[in-house]
Amino acid sequence: MNFFKETDVVVIGGGVTGAAILRELSKYDLKCLLVEKEPDLSLGTTKANSAILHAGFDAPTGSKKALTNVRGNAMYHEIQEDLDLDIKWCGSMVAATTDEEAETLKELLARGTENGVPGLKILSKEEVLKEEPNLTSVIAALWAPTAGVCWPFGAAIAFAECALQNGAEIVRDCAVTGFVKEDGKIVGVQTDKGAISAKYVINAAGVYADEIAKLAGDDSFTIKPRKGEYILFDKTACTDLVYGIIFPTPTKTSKGILVCTTTHGNTFIGPNAKDVTSKEDTSITSEGMNEIVNSARKLIPNLPMGQAITGFAGLRAVSSTGDFIIGASEVEGLYNAAGIQSPGLTAAPAIAEDIVNEIVAKAGFAKKTNFNGKLPKTAKFTHMTESEKEAKIKENDLYGRVICRCETITEGEIVAAIKAPCGARTVDGVKRRTRAGMGRCQAGFCGPRVTQIIARELGIDVTEVLKEEQGSEMFFHKLGAEGDK
Amino acid sequence: MSQIYDVIIVGGGPAGLSAAHSAYENGAKSILVIERDRELGGILQQCIHNGFGLHHFKEELTGPGYANRCIDMIKDVPEIETMVDTMVLDVAKDKTITAVSPSKGLFKVQGKTVILTMGCRERTRGAIRIPGARPAGVFTAGAAQRMVNMEGYLPGKKIVILGSGDIGLIMARRMSLEGCKVQAVLEICPFSNGLTRNIVQCLHDYDIPLHLSHTIVDVKGKERLTGVTIAKVDDKMQPIAGTEFDIECDTLLLSVGLIPENELSNGIDLAMAPLTNGPVVDQRRQTSLPGFYAAGNVVHVHDLVDFVSDEAEIAGKFAALEAQGKLADETREVKISAIDGIRTCVPQKLSMPKAGEAAKLFMRVGNPEQKVKLVVKSGDNVLASKMMMVAKPSEMITVEIPADKVELMGSEITVGLER
Repeated sequence: MNFFKETDVVVIGGGVTGAAILRELSKYDLKCLLVEKEPDLSLGTTKANSAILHAGFDAPTGSKKALTNVRGNAMYHEIQEDLDLDIKWCGSMVAATTDEEAETLKELLARGTENGVPGLKILSKEEVLKEEPNLTSVIAALWAPTAGVCWPFGAAIAFAECALQNGAEIVRDCAVTGFVKEDGKIVGVQTDKGAISAKYVINAAGVYADEIAKLAGDDSFTIKPRKGEYILFDKTACTDLVYGIIFPTPTKTSKGILVCTTTHGNTFIGPNAKDVTSKEDTSITSEGMNEIVNSARKLIPNLPMGQAITGFAGLRAVSSTGDFIIGASEVEGLYNAAGIQSPGLTAAPAIAEDIVNEIVAKAGFAKKTNFNGKLPKTAKFTHMTESEKEAKIKENDLYGRVICRCETITEGEIVAAIKAPCGARTVDGVKRRTRAGMGRCQAGFCGPRVTQIIARELGIDVTEVLKEEQGSEMFFHKLGAEGDK
Repeated sequence: MSQIYDVIIVGGGPAGLSAAHSAYENGAKSILVIERDRELGGILQQCIHNGFGLHHFKEELTGPGYANRCIDMIKDVPEIETMVDTMVLDVAKDKTITAVSPSKGLFKVQGKTVILTMGCRERTRGAIRIPGARPAGVFTAGAAQRMVNMEGYLPGKKIVILGSGDIGLIMARRMSLEGCKVQAVLEICPFSNGLTRNIVQCLHDYDIPLHLSHTIVDVKGKERLTGVTIAKVDDKMQPIAGTEFDIECDTLLLSVGLIPENELSNGIDLAMAPLTNGPVVDQRRQTSLPGFYAAGNVVHVHDLVDFVSDEAEIAGKFAALEAQGKLADETREVKISAIDGIRTCVPQKLSMPKAGEAAKLFMRVGNPEQKVKLVVKSGDNVLASKMMMVAKPSEMITVEIPADKVELMGSEITVGLER
């Protein structure tokens, strides 16, 4: 067998779970590598979700979901500074509009307390209105002060860059097609770029985790995609909406459609929950959008629909076991981090710790003494004071050219995002790292400019620049022009 | 703080350039135009088709041709300074402007008066909630126009255009000329929102089908667009089940409306008009905040750049006069109400000096009309009127109230149609 890379541990999948696992592995004296089938990390569930760092009162006490949620939430509080994560610790409310729902709040409070969630409290109508004046139909709410909203792709990229600075490796555009086994034991993975040796393989393949497990001979679970659709509002709409995270009172089947702020002051509504057959179906539907608008109106009667700037949909990875699947598979050498639906984003660092601890206990890898958990701070032009801006432009004049005017993102920030260790290679990759194109004009002005900057920085032709996946080229040569393909 | 300018103009498109020239002609001694793009002229620079300037310059020009006329008028004027590649980050109520550029870094300038001429942006897919997948290949028409006309690339080869506004129609012709196949132009309204001449010259001449009362109900493709499903809509603009059909395409261009870019105006709490999405202005194009003027597409979206220039010249004149202390303080406010078929009117109010002052009104109708009389009234007094054979929502109507009608004005005037 010819291996083009030799490692101790391979992680399959570059979502927030896989990236958090890679960072955890990079704390140990071992060779680890993450493979991602797309041109960028975080293109699955991590790309389109509610971005909430849940407090942890939802999941049944004792479940893996509950345990990793509460621990993961606490871990984000600890690593936020070192990883330069965008998190707004705004707390969350579960809003009750009827007496029956108010009763349910007490159950949630009891469960949350048992799960170990700190600071839970039931608020009166008056207390709710003091914080959220637009919640006029609410009669009581469960307040969870430890909840927050984050920048989910930013978290995945930060985990990845931290791992890279500690010797881990990432190969993108690299899809796993099979496993290499000797005597029934995994010794590597086969990819479309060649074989990679590995003593341990961690399956964090999101909605495809069941298919990856099956390739290794583990068919103990299945993953079904469950779609959630969202509508995002312009920042200027937030005064008409909410300042924090507002859940409706949950029913037996769903946490419901929420109204929620984002780290950057937008507001979104969603998600609904619809089982779909295709693991690629992230289309948005008229019915779905109507559903979330109608539900959100129960909490906020006057939704400013004219200020909606985009709609999007993500897929939850729903496992057949009903809980997260974390740990050793029946196939020797394979470890699953599968079925990571909500609260997976919150749980990611805890899941990473659990799965890596299990491998370390078995393999006896030693902890590094020189692990560097601190990432250099990203220069964000809008966050700088005037004198910082002046200094930054003197140092690099590209910080004086605003490319995305809706979000005030400079060329300097875009170039830095492309040149970063886990740098952007696509237009949407630049958007996820810098916010260029995330504003009210949705890249109408900056899209062509960002495309040209990527081409220049990567030394490729404009016609080769991708929006997102392979095959998503943005522009073509004029007909008959040189290089027309 | 380096210098105090008589007039600072935010935006170097046709409105900003026309305002600058007019401010100079009316005596302003120091005028600064700040433009964020790499050259002056604004969106005109990417509008390489002709049809501009017939009213204002009395000759037919291309977009860059029109822009260059405006640039030529100011470029050798020592009183006018221009900055390109410079983004205004903040406009303060005291008329301090904070801007940034690669060559100058972050800097502040102070104006005695400020004219806001930031133009408009395109409405996006998300704003009109088009369902379906989100592949590459969906562009606003203006973004595609920039790429084709200024950067030299195509957004795709098989095109569907949603929206029959002028940019959509122009792009249908442009893409055809580039050898692309324009499959269809779709319009949710039962009538086109573009100029008649553009329907003829851009669609009919190229055999491009226009589907009125149709919209997109699905977008297909994972990585790159592969097609759209369209359907007929009812009189409430809701898709009618059973009327769906598919059109194959690799590119969808959206020409679904323009929105004045008023983020800076909102930062200084200017009073805004809900239907035009721009600042409330008087006949001098003065906003609700003294010393701040606004003109062009930032006030309301225009059909012709010629009217943008007309309006900007008014703003430039009065900003210059105010900066020189030549405006009489005493004015009387007269409210203007759009009624009976008139949807919007700019200005929304008059600030009338005792001696009177001519006021030019720019209006749009709500629905297509035939054989109507536009009447401007105060009580029973007719201030101005105009017979029109046709009136279309896509085409602006202008009328001037002469200065000598000031005596006939009460505290409110109305503009409406008599059928």
